[in-house]
Amino acid sequence: MVNPVSQVGYKAVQLTQDLGSMAAFAVDIVRTSLTRPVRFAAFAREIYKLGVLSLPIICVCGLTVGMVMGLQGHHTLVRFGAQRSLGAVVGLSLIRELGPVLTALLVAGRAGSATAAEIGAMVATEQLNGLRMLSIDPVSLVVKPRAVGMLFVTPLLTGLFIVCGLYGGYLVGVGLLHGDPGSYMSSLRAVVDFHNDIECCMLKSTVFGLLLGLIATYRGYTSAPTSQGVSAATTSCVVISSVTVLLTDYLASALWGV
Amino acid sequence: MNRSSVRDFVVGLFVLAGIAAIVYLSISIGGLTWHKAGGLKLSAAFDETGGLSVRAPVVIAGVRVGEIATISLQNDYRAKVDLELDPTLKLPTDTTASIVTAGVLGDRYIELQPGGDEKLLKSGERITFTESAVILERLIGQLVYGSAKRSTTNNPAATEPAKTK
Repeated sequence: MVNPVSQVGYKAVQLTQDLGSMAAFAVDIVRTSLTRPVRFAAFAREIYKLGVLSLPIICVCGLTVGMVMGLQGHHTLVRFGAQRSLGAVVGLSLIRELGPVLTALLVAGRAGSATAAEIGAMVATEQLNGLRMLSIDPVSLVVKPRAVGMLFVTPLLTGLFIVCGLYGGYLVGVGLLHGDPGSYMSSLRAVVDFHNDIECCMLKSTVFGLLLGLIATYRGYTSAPTSQGVSAATTSCVVISSVTVLLTDYLASALWGV
Repeated sequence: MNRSSVRDFVVGLFVLAGIAAIVYLSISIGGLTWHKAGGLKLSAAFDETGGLSVRAPVVIAGVRVGEIATISLQNDYRAKVDLELDPTLKLPTDTTASIVTAGVLGDRYIELQPGGDEKLLKSGERITFTESAVILERLIGQLVYGSAKRSTTNNPAATEPAKTK
């Protein structure tokens, strides 16, 4: 029977070690990103896998979220006779919070898990060791394109998610509930500010992309070389990414002071 | 090779679509402009701004012609509101600026009413004729205390509650 106090101590040391080696891993990625070879082809392949293949789910989810916001927002606003501000409600919530966060969660589930599983399987089949034997740095060849690709792709997907969401809100608010198309767009334009809202949104999604790429590649890279190791890496990647995204979102919103 | 070039094209489309979405959000929805300088910059002093906010619209006859750049307090405790207007706009010197409300409880904005003077306002000049915001609570208060004032003459309305102590 282990002493519960030392159990807590062990866990704390393990957590600190994990965070430290993750930071070292991040430094390694930055170092390889600044040095040659640039690996454009691998980068394009990762943008295809992480971004283009995530496009359907991002667009469908964005459209659905916008439609739900339009419907619910309309029913609430009608009570105060403020249906004219539907565009502002849908737009602000999508741009400030829902867009960056939901996109990051979807990317974590769709692309982050795949990345962690892929690198984990490479570890399990000793492909990374093979690369090391050929004196090719696996961080440069395998990790860098995926982490940088994720960083690059997340803001783009967020932008597309928000545009789909705005269109979804428009479809419901104007098409289904016969709202006024002019007041939807003008209330949206009047309320959304570039410096307060769009900048905040883009900053958030860039930070999320950075974290998602780092967590997914780190989890895969450090997974145990067994089939259980791969599945554990995939699961913990999604769990840790989601919790980190939500916590970071709160911190970013609080620090931005909106 | 063929497969790769198709993929590259799709990646290119995706990146361009993403950038287009962000640019659309920034410019069309967020109102980002590069030519900030060069607009007609006027200022006006008000006794009461009543919740007027920066970036609120400035209109003439209901048409948006600019927005509010800054709101600050002057030394004489009046509010100084800086307006940034369309540079092609020609306003006479006796233009009136008034703070009005969209609907009963809606957002505040500034309405300009051009006068008939032949001289025109230049950038950096001040609109002298202003009309402050109407505060609904104060209006109601005036209504209530105004009727009380009529019954007890010469007593300022504000001292009324203190007297009953």
